[in-house]
Amino acid sequence: MLAAPSLVRAQGAGSIKIGEINSYTAQPAFLKPYRQGWELALEQVNAGGGVLGRKIETIFRDDAGKPEDAVRHAGDLINAEKVDLLSGGFLSNVGLALTDFALQNKRLYAASEPLSDALVWAKGNRYTFRLRPSTYMQAAMLVEEAAKLKARKWALVAPNYEYGQSSIKWFKELLKKARPDVEFVAEQYPALGRIDAGATVQALEASKPEAIFNVTFAVDLTNLVRQGNTRGLFEGRDVVSMLTGEPEYLDPLGAETPTGWIVTGYPHADLATPEHVKFRDAYKAKYNDYPRLGSVVGFDTMNSIAAALAKAGTTDNEKLIDAMEGLKFPSAFGSAEYRAIDHQSTLGAFVGKTALKDGKGVMVDWRYADGAKYLPSDDVVKTMRPAG
Amino acid sequence: MSAVVSPRAAVADEAVLVARDLAKSFGGVHAVQGVSFSVEAGRMVALIGPNGAGKTTCFNMLGGQLKPDRGEVILAGQAITGLKPRRVWRLGVGRTFQITATFTSMTVRENVQMALISQEDGVWNPFRPARTRHVAAADALLAQVGMREQAERACGVLAYGDLKRVELAVALANRPKLLLMDEPTAGMAPRERVELMALTARIAAQEQIAVLFTEHDMDVVFAHSDRVIVLDRGRLIADGTAEAVRQDPQVRAVYLGSGATSGGH
Amino acid sequence: MFDLILTQTLNGLASASSLFLVASGLSIIFGVTRIVNFAHGSLYMLGAYIGWTLVTWLGPTSGLGFWGGVGLAALLVAIIGVVIEVAILRRIYQAPELFQLLATFGVVLMIQDIALATWGAEDKLGPRAPGFKSFVILFDNRFPTYELLLIAIGPLVLALLWFLFQKTRWGTLVRAATQDREMVAALGVNQRLLFTSVFAFGAGLAGLGGALQLPREAATLHMDLSMISEAFVVVVVGGLGSVTGAYLAAVLIGILHAFGILIFPKITLVLVFLVMAVVLVVKPYGLMGRRPVGAARGTATAEPLLRPADRAAKLAGLVALILLAAAPLVTPDYLLLTLTELVIFALFAASLHFMMGPGGMASFGHAAYFGLGAYGAALAVKWLGAPMEPALIFAPFLAGIAGVVFGWFCVRLSGVYLAMLTLAFAQIAWATAFQWVELTGGDNGILGVWPSHWAVSKTAFYYLALAICAACVVLLRVMVFSPLGYALRAARDNPLRTEAIGIDTMRVQWVAFTIAAFAAGIAGALFAFFKGSVFPTYMAIPRSVDALLMVLLGGVQTVSGPIVGAFAYAGLSEQLMKMTMYWRFTLGLSIVLLVVLFPRGLVGGFLALRERRDRSDKDGAVVTRLATEGAP
Repeated sequence: MLAAPSLVRAQGAGSIKIGEINSYTAQPAFLKPYRQGWELALEQVNAGGGVLGRKIETIFRDDAGKPEDAVRHAGDLINAEKVDLLSGGFLSNVGLALTDFALQNKRLYAASEPLSDALVWAKGNRYTFRLRPSTYMQAAMLVEEAAKLKARKWALVAPNYEYGQSSIKWFKELLKKARPDVEFVAEQYPALGRIDAGATVQALEASKPEAIFNVTFAVDLTNLVRQGNTRGLFEGRDVVSMLTGEPEYLDPLGAETPTGWIVTGYPHADLATPEHVKFRDAYKAKYNDYPRLGSVVGFDTMNSIAAALAKAGTTDNEKLIDAMEGLKFPSAFGSAEYRAIDHQSTLGAFVGKTALKDGKGVMVDWRYADGAKYLPSDDVVKTMRPAG
Repeated sequence: MSAVVSPRAAVADEAVLVARDLAKSFGGVHAVQGVSFSVEAGRMVALIGPNGAGKTTCFNMLGGQLKPDRGEVILAGQAITGLKPRRVWRLGVGRTFQITATFTSMTVRENVQMALISQEDGVWNPFRPARTRHVAAADALLAQVGMREQAERACGVLAYGDLKRVELAVALANRPKLLLMDEPTAGMAPRERVELMALTARIAAQEQIAVLFTEHDMDVVFAHSDRVIVLDRGRLIADGTAEAVRQDPQVRAVYLGSGATSGGH
Repeated sequence: MFDLILTQTLNGLASASSLFLVASGLSIIFGVTRIVNFAHGSLYMLGAYIGWTLVTWLGPTSGLGFWGGVGLAALLVAIIGVVIEVAILRRIYQAPELFQLLATFGVVLMIQDIALATWGAEDKLGPRAPGFKSFVILFDNRFPTYELLLIAIGPLVLALLWFLFQKTRWGTLVRAATQDREMVAALGVNQRLLFTSVFAFGAGLAGLGGALQLPREAATLHMDLSMISEAFVVVVVGGLGSVTGAYLAAVLIGILHAFGILIFPKITLVLVFLVMAVVLVVKPYGLMGRRPVGAARGTATAEPLLRPADRAAKLAGLVALILLAAAPLVTPDYLLLTLTELVIFALFAASLHFMMGPGGMASFGHAAYFGLGAYGAALAVKWLGAPMEPALIFAPFLAGIAGVVFGWFCVRLSGVYLAMLTLAFAQIAWATAFQWVELTGGDNGILGVWPSHWAVSKTAFYYLALAICAACVVLLRVMVFSPLGYALRAARDNPLRTEAIGIDTMRVQWVAFTIAAFAAGIAGALFAFFKGSVFPTYMAIPRSVDALLMVLLGGVQTVSGPIVGAFAYAGLSEQLMKMTMYWRFTLGLSIVLLVVLFPRGLVGGFLALRERRDRSDKDGAVVTRLATEGAP
């Protein structure tokens, strides 16, 4: 009975609650900007009167990088905090655990960041939507560029976990389809976050590749680049690299940034579309810092949820899901859509080249790769998504 | 005593323990080289010798802690050479150690109960409360060594002399044919020594247990042993009554004459 | 090919250097103070971050700025070591073995948040070292000159340490203390000063190791934990307390890494642990280690009496059980989720306690059996289409069989060596789950492991978990007081005596190990159905550490300790995680405070308090009785 007042408050306040679970302490480099982007969007939505005449409230929870903790928070959030829907996830396994939880508890889960293809395909379900371009999509964007290169002998390096392995799998499959003449001469799988960079560089060098496809990121990337630069691994070779253009991973490289790599990423300083300028200015005004890709993901996830709520006119999850299928929502990169067929959003990524400017890494010659164009055909998607 | 009497035992004539030609070396150092002796039921036999004579090595070969390079150990007619300590114990050899070995997280009674459980039920029962097992038998053994009063005390807090008594009770728990006592009175006050050895002798006579013990204190040795065996540098140099050994010129030369220990007389 | 072999050897030697610096500090600290310093990786991380700040500030382009910054960083980390030693560890040297590990783990958590708050989330790539920015051509390959410098630093530090230990009084004391602690105490050496200086020295080495990494690796917030596990491996493979052994082991691990990459690129995750397992099985005290002088537990650290629960304690247990059983009637629905998890953790902790308390076998890898139980359940569901009930029965057998196999090797060792072998096996199990994607789904785990229809509701599943866990905990407790439990304690207290009363100590320990694994498997299987999915994280190091913390926090030498510890630790961390994003700092601080206040664990502290009260009642009587009895 003592618990009653808080319950009354929770329901009576009339705010719409979102339970946002992420690996805030385990992956702070991406998720601090993420949370800031989220809170910026939240502030804007609520300043505009909220949705359905109600304010939106977010309860943030840290899963410490463990799927079992994420599931615990999810249970606690829907049962104790009575949130209306769930969002978040950085690591793929956390995302998948929440995906399965969402299905079991019939609760909407807006997966923002986890890249695993299984999230919307093999393990996809009615209750899960994903914002970011998946592993497949980003690999497909890079294969398009890689296929244009003269190089035939490729060496591959990826962190030893699902994201790395899937990236390599798609890259090989798609590139082989586009360029049957290529061969893959070496594969390296350093443990995530624990690359033995010198030895890895040497092993790649020993295979004498003409080009390298890199999937490592964060500290693995930084260490690989420093050793690779000193040892000349990248000289005279094409390098195609996943996520390296994201400020989260490009900025720590500083003057060490290798030039001419073909990467996916986010040219925050140069992107001058009206939506982005508005977003960037607001972000700078609020945080006195430039946005990272995480900021965009947080910002867009929040906005897409608000759009879904407005379209559904209710917080009833089943109706919300119906509204979200095919929902067009505003994004800092322009408009995007949650596909009805597999609940993947069509948010894209920028593909360009790395360059050095004033001792800092930047992206040049970039273009926006619209996610909608880098997905398999509907028939193929249907075979990959048993849930329909 | 033993139900099965092998031909060998008949030769040994009532000997509970026969050691034949035991030898052990540790990387080139011949700790024990060809030692033979026997111990009869109900007798107290002291094994003495200066430091490094091979007493403890000898003991550990008898108790199973060490495997002899050569020779054999026969207990009541049965060869036990090279058996593990736990097998040797099951065949009827109780053992006390130079540094007392008891279970400090248990009470005095529980220490004895543990030995009784091992003897009678085996230790593989995971359900029955151990504390309720063999309480009377344990208390009887403790009474025998004068520790009944302290049955509930933790072994970890006992005085050293009391620990020795507990160890004796534990060693007696499986009604051994042979008791091996390595320095039973080390670290005790003189009066305690006499008492403990008198107690041991009494029990040995009562239960017809053969006792073999090592000892530094010559008073204890000459007061409480029926026979004395003297080792020197791994070899047996004398074996006889206390008086005979005391008179033995070789023993006097290498041992008593060396002034290594308190002769006393 | 030959070029590659030579180059990879050099690469291995280069990465061995920092590993050696950190590991040698860890080894020296352990040798003298017997502290398993979990925070050593954190000191290494601090070395890197502080080094980065100082070098950037002093000017990275000048030799003085760079090397001055590196040296100063090592010095500062040594001072931080002094603070940790004086403020925390000094207060708990008298606590039971491994208890200090709990405190150092608290420090790990605190430093993680301090580092995040101080240096931010972004990785810090240090400048290249002046004079060592470039490369030389070796065997037709470019080889960084800085790596060559590192290769030289390893043996140089080894030589310095050798000189220090052989030629100075302080070094002699350190060596003596490593071999025989009592002896040094008897010599009348100022032990406090010795311990503090040793801790500071070890910390300084870790800091130096961290700062020296700057030109080749970015400083990150994850480097603490990734370093600590490898440093432990190096220390144990080399032999505890042996600095030369640590160097050899570091070189071995470094070179194995370099070549492992060429031969089995995917096995790097587990290679070091495979090596450690092999070394420990073949050479139980490591490459250069010696069997410790005297028993690991001499008479000085006698374990307290273990008494069965008295009436009051039994009543308290019964009341607790009734409260738990009545919880669904009075608590809000959502609290049941928390309670279910706590109940499962209580069984997990109790299973570890069974081997660790009465058995004296601390495990750093108990999560292996928890995880195998979970995977057993998930695999039965996924591949055999089994419903929950048979899956729950099948699962613990997978854990139990692993316990039989791993336990056979582990019981041949003791102390920290045993603990490290359990860790190695746990890592091997983890790597199997991680790497065998076809069977286990790899790090994406197995989804859809939900309970049978009747147990889906929160209340039903809670009762299921409570019934099974309570029954198992009670059973484990009964076992502690059974002949088997007594034999287990006997084997821990005095293996020599135990063998001399006809008990096969290793077999008793083996059986206990298997029982503990089986019980952990039950907890794991319940956890799988509770969460609906299984992941390799279930058997990763952090979960093993969690179990260890629960047992230590509750009190190793009490039977109800692990249960209280599980509720306290899991409950605390869960609540803190909800309340603040700085939960790591808060949790770490709470652990440190609890450790200092209750150096025998929560339950141990409570019992000690009660004992003191009882004794003040009876003491007079006992003293007079003993006095009248006199010497017998």
